[in-house]
Amino acid sequence: MARLNINGSIRDVEAEPDTPLLWVIREQVGLTGTKYGCGIAQCGACSVHINDEVQRSCSIRVGDVKATDRIVTIEGLSSNGSHPVQKAWAAIDVPQCGYCQSGQIMAAAALLKRTPRPTNQDIDEAMTNICRCGTYQRIRAAVHMAANDTSRT
Amino acid sequence: MKKTLRGNAAKFSRRTFIVGSAAAGGGLALGFNLPSGFDPALAQSADGGAEVNAWVFVKPDDTCVIRIARSEMGQGTITGLAQLVAEELECDWKKVQVERVTPGQNLARKRAWGEMSTGGSRGIRTSHDYVRRGGAAARTMLLQAAADEWKVPVSELTVADGVITHAASARSLSYGKLAAAAAKVEAPDPKTIRLKDPKDWKIAGKPLKRLDTADKLDGSKIFGIDVRLPGMLCAVIKDCPVFGGKVASYDEAKIAGRPGVRKVVKVKDTAVAVVADTWWRAKAALEALPILWDEGANASVSSATIAERMKEGLAAEVTNGDRRNGDALKAIETAAKKVEAVYSTPFLAHATMEPMNATVRVSANKAEAWVPTQNAEASLAALSEASGVPLAQCEVYRTDLGGGFGRRGGTQDFVHKAVAIAKEFPGLPIKLIWSREEDQAHDFYRPMSQCRLAAGLDANGNLVGLHVRICGQSINATLNPAGIVNGKDRRQLQGLWEEPDNAQLGYTVPNLLIEYVMRNTHVPVGPWRGVNTNQNAGKDPLDFRRALMSKHPRHLAVLNAAAEKADWGKPLPPGVHHGIAQFMNQGSTSAAVAEVSVSDRGQVKVHRMVVALDCGYVVNPDQVAAQIEGTVAYGLTATLYGECRVRDGRMVDLNFDSYPIMRLAEMPKVEAVLVPSGDAWGGVGEPSISVVAPAVLNAIHAATGKPVRQLPLKNVKLV
Repeated sequence: MARLNINGSIRDVEAEPDTPLLWVIREQVGLTGTKYGCGIAQCGACSVHINDEVQRSCSIRVGDVKATDRIVTIEGLSSNGSHPVQKAWAAIDVPQCGYCQSGQIMAAAALLKRTPRPTNQDIDEAMTNICRCGTYQRIRAAVHMAANDTSRT
Repeated sequence: MKKTLRGNAAKFSRRTFIVGSAAAGGGLALGFNLPSGFDPALAQSADGGAEVNAWVFVKPDDTCVIRIARSEMGQGTITGLAQLVAEELECDWKKVQVERVTPGQNLARKRAWGEMSTGGSRGIRTSHDYVRRGGAAARTMLLQAAADEWKVPVSELTVADGVITHAASARSLSYGKLAAAAAKVEAPDPKTIRLKDPKDWKIAGKPLKRLDTADKLDGSKIFGIDVRLPGMLCAVIKDCPVFGGKVASYDEAKIAGRPGVRKVVKVKDTAVAVVADTWWRAKAALEALPILWDEGANASVSSATIAERMKEGLAAEVTNGDRRNGDALKAIETAAKKVEAVYSTPFLAHATMEPMNATVRVSANKAEAWVPTQNAEASLAALSEASGVPLAQCEVYRTDLGGGFGRRGGTQDFVHKAVAIAKEFPGLPIKLIWSREEDQAHDFYRPMSQCRLAAGLDANGNLVGLHVRICGQSINATLNPAGIVNGKDRRQLQGLWEEPDNAQLGYTVPNLLIEYVMRNTHVPVGPWRGVNTNQNAGKDPLDFRRALMSKHPRHLAVLNAAAEKADWGKPLPPGVHHGIAQFMNQGSTSAAVAEVSVSDRGQVKVHRMVVALDCGYVVNPDQVAAQIEGTVAYGLTATLYGECRVRDGRMVDLNFDSYPIMRLAEMPKVEAVLVPSGDAWGGVGEPSISVVAPAVLNAIHAATGKPVRQLPLKNVKLV
């Protein structure tokens, strides 16, 4: 049994303590926007925010998550797709297949929270998620666009 | 536009019904999770609105629902095909929705939607004509319905944005008001349909936003891996690590009593699956299950032993397909200068971001599958064959794919395996998801191959003879033995063909001999995004190529377009070098210029790729550019890192730690140059991948003075 704070709601879930947070989010909680890609924290498809930091949820045991840790998944990033990163992603048509994009968006949102006007090098260092469709060029452009949007508001 | 997209997405929102919540029960979230924009039942007249024809359903609010038969895996086919239908339909693009046809519906309606297979970059190039005709026929019927309503000749009517107007009487009606009557109008004789000249396109040919973006931004899109059905159980599978091996035994008692585990299932003779209430519990149990394998005869095969066989094949007497003109061997023998080199490429996995999966429910008289597939009709056939349920009682609900790249086409191994497990649980849906490791261990790999190239040059450096001998595994031998005729397998020489329409060699060589030698292994192989080539030359690489291409204007135009945009021949920053390549496959010609530097420590940096493409006609320039960007990333990953090593008969690179994928920091600036010739319709998703590696390798050659003849680069010491 674990108590989790996900997207502002308290959820009691029944899972073995060594279950990866990713699979608890997907199976016990039923939020499937967070994706399984590799299970070894390589690809970032499972990225969520924990206390505002981006984390790869496939490699975090649910037993190590505290009830006070604030977990935000892609479903909780905004109520209506209005986060500047989501808006920039739409404006540039970043996604192709879309499978990795939840993780990419969560990584970008965390980057902008920490570094509101990132340089290309900041983006290189922060955006390490794998995309097999090869949307990287548009991701870079969209992060810059979202940064401009954020700084205006 | 953004607002419109969101509006569309809201209308076809996913069907999620949470009937029991984790917060309340402390257990699983129960309920449905079915894909967005996806309804197994197509829009029906009973729901309001009317089907004008197979391609177009119009709702009372003027929404035009366009039916899509091809699979969406990121390549933008849904948007492109909808643009083509909408163009001829003359509807309001802002009111377009899409609906995905199922193969059962296609079968029941005598394949009204044609072929559903989505591979070989065929989605648009082989269906553009009939989908446009579908849109045009629907428009004609809507016009006729208006003419009948007003009792005026059709010739007095005009149509724009889904509104038909009779100017003389100042009357107008929108499609939504006319659809029911139009559905009763006799379809026009196909011979009378005149398609628009692409020069007059208003919707097609424009860089419109994709129709399928919104739900990829908020986590609401349901991929196959996300499907959730009432009573569903989850399965994880492990096939014998050595291809061709079998299960000897397993000790089920060792995992008895583990939470959530329902059953251990032997799948065919080669695999073991664990079924549990959650996938993670199934996976943990499978990892704890002791399994003994009968690894069979192939347990000692390695990449090195396969390479030895291919090396032998390069000198073999018997060949399995060739193309020849003149006497290449003699021309090379007597040439002023002779050049010879051997090239090699490894096995590659597709590594789709979404691992293989399928959800299957088999009952006594019905079988259903929810599956990300590039070929829904092949999925339907596999479902029927594996379940024993007649085809007419089977249905496949196609989810959009988290990557395809050729992996999810003809093989349908994921459907076969899921059915085998689901048959043990009659009436219950079983979702089989492969772990990443299993996905890497049991792919249908891009074949490993070697190529020996011998060339003769005259005293002026002109190419007088060329002998290309390719030795490698046959994709047809694994997937389509009928494609091998009298021991000859033409497919393996794709891109080197003489015939002009699809994958023609762009060079004219006075004495040419191209040969294929088949050397099959126990490793299953299959199509992999694009066709891969490597072409090095002497002289100035651009001039050298141009001299050979005067009889191939379509190839040459693309080469010139790339060279011009990249400022070929003009000075580059210190340490940066150009490389160039051209190729034709999937009906399109492409060319690339790479700007590359190599550091003192041998580190390769690709700064910029200019990629030109002639795909005949461009349906959505922004999405064609996106595909070109994608081919650069996919091709660069293969160039820099891609390698599946075989040891002890099995794959050893089972996850992204040892099978690295290029990241954002390494992505060069990509400039797409679209030069549509208005010639034949060509593909987009794959063609330009073929020029990525050779352009980069030729640039490295320019930078270091040394040719690179084996991939991936991570194994090559450049300085």
